[in-house]
Amino acid sequence: MSLISFKDVTVDFNTPEGVVRAVNGISFDIKEGQTVGLVGESGSGKSVTSLAAMRLIPNPPGIISGGQILFQGKDLVKASEEEMRKIRGNDISMIFQEPMTALNPVFRVGDQIAEVLMLHKGMSRKEAWQKAEMLLDQVGIPNPKASIMKYPHEMSGGQKQRVCIAIAIACEPKLLICDEPTTALDVTIQKQVLDLMFDLQSKYNMGMLFITHDLSVIADIADDVVVMYRSNLVEQNNTEAIFTDAKHPYTKGLLSCRPSLEKNPSRLLTVADFMDDAGNEIEIDQAKLVPDEKKEKKEETPTLLEIKGLSTHFPIKGGLFGRTVDHFKAVKEVSFKLQKGKTLGLVGESGCGKTTLGRTILRLIEPAAGQIIYDGIDVTKLDKDQMREMRSRMQIIFQDPYSSLNPRMTVGEILLEPMNLHNIGANKEEKIEKAKWLMEKVGLTAAQLSRYPHEFSGGQRQRICIARALAVNPEFIICDESVSALDVSVQAQVLNLLLDLQEEFGLTYIFISHDLSVVNFISDEVAVMKAGEIVEMDKASKVYHNPQRDYTKTLLEAIPKGIPKSLLAKQQ
Amino acid sequence: MGSTGSYILRRVLYLIPVLLGVCAIVFLLFNVVAGDPTALLLGKHASAEQMAELKVQLGLDKSLFMQYIDIVKSAFTFDFGRSWSTKQTISSMLAQGAIPSLTLTLPAFVISTILAVLFATLVAYYRGKGIDLFVRISCIAMMSISSLVYILVFQNVLAYQLGLFEISGYEFGFPDFVPYVALPIIIWVVLSLGPDIRFYRTMILDEIYQDYVRTARAKGLSEKKILLKHVLRNALIPIITYLVNQLPFLLLGSLLLESFFSIPGLGGIVITALNSSDFPVIKAMAILSAVAYIVFTLLQDILYTVADPRVKLK
Repeated sequence: MSLISFKDVTVDFNTPEGVVRAVNGISFDIKEGQTVGLVGESGSGKSVTSLAAMRLIPNPPGIISGGQILFQGKDLVKASEEEMRKIRGNDISMIFQEPMTALNPVFRVGDQIAEVLMLHKGMSRKEAWQKAEMLLDQVGIPNPKASIMKYPHEMSGGQKQRVCIAIAIACEPKLLICDEPTTALDVTIQKQVLDLMFDLQSKYNMGMLFITHDLSVIADIADDVVVMYRSNLVEQNNTEAIFTDAKHPYTKGLLSCRPSLEKNPSRLLTVADFMDDAGNEIEIDQAKLVPDEKKEKKEETPTLLEIKGLSTHFPIKGGLFGRTVDHFKAVKEVSFKLQKGKTLGLVGESGCGKTTLGRTILRLIEPAAGQIIYDGIDVTKLDKDQMREMRSRMQIIFQDPYSSLNPRMTVGEILLEPMNLHNIGANKEEKIEKAKWLMEKVGLTAAQLSRYPHEFSGGQRQRICIARALAVNPEFIICDESVSALDVSVQAQVLNLLLDLQEEFGLTYIFISHDLSVVNFISDEVAVMKAGEIVEMDKASKVYHNPQRDYTKTLLEAIPKGIPKSLLAKQQ
Repeated sequence: MGSTGSYILRRVLYLIPVLLGVCAIVFLLFNVVAGDPTALLLGKHASAEQMAELKVQLGLDKSLFMQYIDIVKSAFTFDFGRSWSTKQTISSMLAQGAIPSLTLTLPAFVISTILAVLFATLVAYYRGKGIDLFVRISCIAMMSISSLVYILVFQNVLAYQLGLFEISGYEFGFPDFVPYVALPIIIWVVLSLGPDIRFYRTMILDEIYQDYVRTARAKGLSEKKILLKHVLRNALIPIITYLVNQLPFLLLGSLLLESFFSIPGLGGIVITALNSSDFPVIKAMAILSAVAYIVFTLLQDILYTVADPRVKLK
């Protein structure tokens, strides 16, 4: 018998513009002890589906307008709020995407775990705290006795997610819903957390609904996969069949668009190669399916950027009058050279100093020591006016396309602003012409210039950010986690775009990312950073196929293979 | 010494430069720019000797530097000398005025805060429902009426016609002062409920849409418990800011209510001093306000560490 079955579930949101259908009559089952992966891009309705099972859809405006959700034979759609409270956290638990904000900042970790035990298991405070300590140990938090007294801000992101897991499994639920639980974590931490969840699942024989936008994450752990696209369930099958014999064009696109370490294509396939905008399958261009192997850029080009012994320090204040007592050394004597027209990938875990290094090269943060020699000029020696001129040659694209565009400016104004600042284009007409040209270059239309950022999707906004960077005719662009916030399918489009632009304009990139497969795809050379230092740097193919440092090996091994275990066994 | 201890010590030490600065401004305004006060005090027909004698009495014959030192001395010893008009020592005048002021402002502040937080929590719980709308509309309505209307109507109906309270005046000693301050306290509460409820409601609702509330719901907690335990505790942080910023005004008294109800509080003292150009009293109030402000912001910082474990005083 199924643990939970969704039968024709429909969820509607009442908005001022009318009723929006977030989930359109979907049906699937999860058996006891089974893991089902729910895959789809942002806005496809996968999170709403999971919230429906908890009956946590904010109402108003959301409402489950049809269907049944049978949990152990009981229809949750019809259950009273009181009945649901007994089920939540007890029979069905949930882990959310953002461990940074999912815990209450003003309560101790122990309190937050004990709370759920006291509520559902009738434990006394003392018993609940003892059990909480055991749970912390079980989810792999070091020194549980001391950690239980900590506040969330005293823990790392990975530890916080472990606490969230401890809360979720405290009452030994029959169903665990995980909504992108590892998306916000580093690749090594992601692996640890996934392993932990898999262990706990088999230990307690929990059913698990694992939501993600990235198929490769669940390839190892899911028994079945359900694919959602634009509120509809488009495909469901066992994991092996999904990976070997996908039927729906969206699934096919999703499987092909993720860069992998094994293959080295010259460009990534996207969902658009399999399906048109209306969602109809299109004739697949067989030639496209097997793209050319990426050519290594053999020819030597002149050095554009040379970094010599660059260090960045942040002061630590202390003492009675807040003097600077010490420095946090975020970047420690980093040196490298970057040739014109090539891409340097900068990888490392969060906190390794890669973003600080990128910003120091642009002098958005002042270096403590060292030289930044750009095209023969020492950037560190430039005064304010010279630096402003220099900025038109060096640009940056940030991580979050949602917050890096001014919401009160139209796209046209956003693109014209840097041109005005750097006196590009003789008059307004010329500038507007250039803005139109830029929009088309990044795959948008000139007609969209009068729109505001909120009218665009995440991927489109990142295209606008790219267009803004290109507006001042730069030679060099730093992409700081520029595709990390995007869905994998959109990520592939943006990566292709960056490659096309590089070829057309001879751009030089520094590509900062925590995602090693993405860096492998886009970079000619790769530098691995750890604790402010570059520990390994070489041609991308060498770093990936013959890593010299243990740290690099650990990073590489932590990447989800994106192949189901059963398939892997057959291949060997 | 812990980091909190050294933080507090540092903030207390900051008092010194701030007080020196306040003294400098007071000095510039009253001893340099305002000119010779003796003519003002003695009237048109004073002789030159009388004026010279008064100058000596007031310490105005000293060099400007020594006059500044006198002000600094008074700021650190709280000995502000005597009032020009009443000839009483200013410290005793202020001590006497503080009692009526505080018996009015403190209870009013406490009652209005408790009521406003209660109402705000209630309407946050029923957000979007009828009761929420009703309270919000009532708040706006209460805010739209001038304070003078409340004072005159309440004085007339509750005190004059129904005789529930004294119309005006004050008597020292508990419980004698109660019938005198009760009505102004009610008016204070009515005046502050509108803006306060609206402010606290916003602060609480800001928290209700945070991720940790979703986690609490996923645990199976009831909406009531989520609000009272998880949300309110987090909303305390902005509420503390708002409350402590009002504290200095409690000390200064309520000018409006004190004058309408003839309560001999600090507010009245300040007004009289301003009208009669009683420089020493004005100087004393300026310096004391600055001290109060610094002490209360320090208190605010310490309260933050209690309410929010993320705040560390360094």
